[in-house]
Amino acid sequence: MELWYTEQHTDNVRFSILVDQQLYQGQSDFQRIDVFHSKEFGKFFTLDGLMMVTEKDEFIYHDMIVHVPMATNPDIKRVLVIGAGDGGTVRELCRYPGVEHIDMVEIDKLVVDVCLEYFPTTTVSLHDPRVHIFYEDGLKFVRSRVNEYDLIIVDSTDPFGPGEGLFTREFYGNCYHALKENGILVNQHENPYYDTYQHSMKRAHMRIKELFPITRVYQAHIPTYPSGHWLFGYASKTIDPIKDLKGEEWTALNLTTKYYNLDLHVGCFALPNYVKELLSHATE
Amino acid sequence: MTKRDQNRTLIVEALSDQVNQRIVSFDVPGHKQGKGNPLLRDFLGDKAIQYDLNSRKPLDYLCSPTGVILQAEEIAAEAFGAGHAFFIVGGTTAAVQAMVMSACKQGDKIILPRNVHRSAINALILTGAIPVYVNPGIHEKLGIGLGMSKTDIEEAILANPDVKAVFVNNPTYYGICGDLKGIVDIAHRYGIKVLVDEAHGTHFYFGDDLPISAMAAEADMAAVSMHKTGGSLTQSSFLLIKDANQTSYVRSMLNLTHTTSGSYLLLASLDIARKHLALEGKVVFKKVSDLTRYAREEIRKVQGYIPFDEELINGDTIFNIDPTKLSIFTRDIGLTGIEIADILRDEYDIQIEFGDLGNILAIISVGDTALKVERLLGALTDIKRKYAKDPAGMLTQEYIQPIVVKTPREAFYTPSVTVALDDAIGKVSAESIMAYPPGIPICAPGEYITKEIVEMIHYAKSKGSFITGPKDTSIATIDVLED
Repeated sequence: MELWYTEQHTDNVRFSILVDQQLYQGQSDFQRIDVFHSKEFGKFFTLDGLMMVTEKDEFIYHDMIVHVPMATNPDIKRVLVIGAGDGGTVRELCRYPGVEHIDMVEIDKLVVDVCLEYFPTTTVSLHDPRVHIFYEDGLKFVRSRVNEYDLIIVDSTDPFGPGEGLFTREFYGNCYHALKENGILVNQHENPYYDTYQHSMKRAHMRIKELFPITRVYQAHIPTYPSGHWLFGYASKTIDPIKDLKGEEWTALNLTTKYYNLDLHVGCFALPNYVKELLSHATE
Repeated sequence: MTKRDQNRTLIVEALSDQVNQRIVSFDVPGHKQGKGNPLLRDFLGDKAIQYDLNSRKPLDYLCSPTGVILQAEEIAAEAFGAGHAFFIVGGTTAAVQAMVMSACKQGDKIILPRNVHRSAINALILTGAIPVYVNPGIHEKLGIGLGMSKTDIEEAILANPDVKAVFVNNPTYYGICGDLKGIVDIAHRYGIKVLVDEAHGTHFYFGDDLPISAMAAEADMAAVSMHKTGGSLTQSSFLLIKDANQTSYVRSMLNLTHTTSGSYLLLASLDIARKHLALEGKVVFKKVSDLTRYAREEIRKVQGYIPFDEELINGDTIFNIDPTKLSIFTRDIGLTGIEIADILRDEYDIQIEFGDLGNILAIISVGDTALKVERLLGALTDIKRKYAKDPAGMLTQEYIQPIVVKTPREAFYTPSVTVALDDAIGKVSAESIMAYPPGIPICAPGEYITKEIVEMIHYAKSKGSFITGPKDTSIATIDVLED
């Protein structure tokens, strides 16, 4: 008998992983949560059937969503993380001694509970005293915060379902005001390849561009996400991700990373022509 | 009398039978369950289009029902606490017209608040009834029309002892209710009928802790827009009457303007929505009230926006407030509701019900969740930050007491001439003019055009309000009665 997990990447494309064992299945107020074990990717979990995190390739996503902004401004002290219930983003942030305070806002407590049980490697820092977890809607949380954070990381699900509000103008507008003068906003930016994702990718980019004077998009290669080609958004009021890169300071921190390095930091902002084209037409 | 089973949806059951029996149709509609119009079938889906059937014996006849429609109406009547409930597929407009035509003949007087819907004014043109307008009261700060005061109604009755009916909004578009029970008591004491426009009051019949419904208040007739907050398809409504003995008389009035080809999709949606609310209404509207209360509390924290709530209640013109409505006064942040509604739609992908010169109205319904409401709250917060300006210099929406020179019907049929808007001052209007939304007439046919009215039209235009009524859609000119 073979048990396969299959995610429909588009109506015509499927991605499958041979599953050893299903470890958990549950339904929260917001979504269905499943945890599997596989030979190829180790443990992985899905929300409403969509791949979120695998033990084997999670380092790519979490390296890129954290170290890119952190190397740009090593003085970051107060961080807001939206989503990120698997704990991986918080784990990477906690490696920086300069980070003093992390607010993590995850709408679904069950995601955190399940990850704490099944993913000790990603959730390792969730009990760090600097970390404060709020179980509420990120859009609501950020609405009342003004001039509080050096960095906001939007580690959300896709914009269909509970993550929808995190791709809207009102959300980015409220993030802008929650950030300090030299604040940075980093968001997971979907994949540029498949049509269904392109629309939300372009829209998110347009919304952010309207607000922040400095906006860039960077990329990483994540084997288990649709098309394997994933984008992140970088936005700031004052800090340019390449010109203001603090390479020496970051090197001095002596952090070991499996995916991220300073060459890649510069290189990841170099985008394929078709992606540049999509972003430059992100007006509707 | 045995209680009727609210679980039954007889029209839906009859439609299913017809489809399951695979009856060959040699009648209209000509698309023959979609086979004759594949484009339409693809658009609506196989399932919807197969139910678009014509009246036939097993499906009954809307104009003179004796079978499933009549029984479905009787089940609905019981759900609403009415003597009879008519299925309406011509919009609540058809129900309002039938109410006015049932209560008034040509030359009969009817008391109405000025903030009636255009359908009520149009019903006056159809019947030739004479309007006796009562100032609904204007809230000083919010600039909106309220409910009629009982004293004003009694005075209007004493001044017009031959008046036949009182027409009441329950609630207004903004969710404001007058003292309906008190009004009914006064009117009935003088032998006058009470007709209630409950376009925005469907849920009053099904939820707990909501304002009183027309039937519970013993009013004579009510027009209920099931499609607005009750979940049926757009254009479907109920006409309710208290006295079942009037059923055939009211049906004959209704049939003067109502379609003879009632859509079974609309009828079925009424049947299903009635079942849903009769069985689940209490739970549904509790949830909606809770969600709206939460939204009001959060909006209040964003300084500058003022949500309408119980604090406005004054025991008379604001006797009660619909707790499911989210009406917000926006003028303190220097923006009209029209401007905010446009910004919400164009920049935030959020559509609200309407904005007027000083307020916005968002409809929260059974279809909403806390996450969706959060988007509206987030957007309003952001809009205030980005666009708030000094409110100085903004005009308040004033109540304009109409001066009725001719009945709407006389005016409608009197020869008219077209003049420039500013030259119309001092003339009698041949047209109805209203800022839409909220669809309350600034001026109706047969009324004297004052300087105040012209200024209000200019102002509403300058604020981007959608003005309807006049033939000249730019309202540079207006038709007035020949001298």
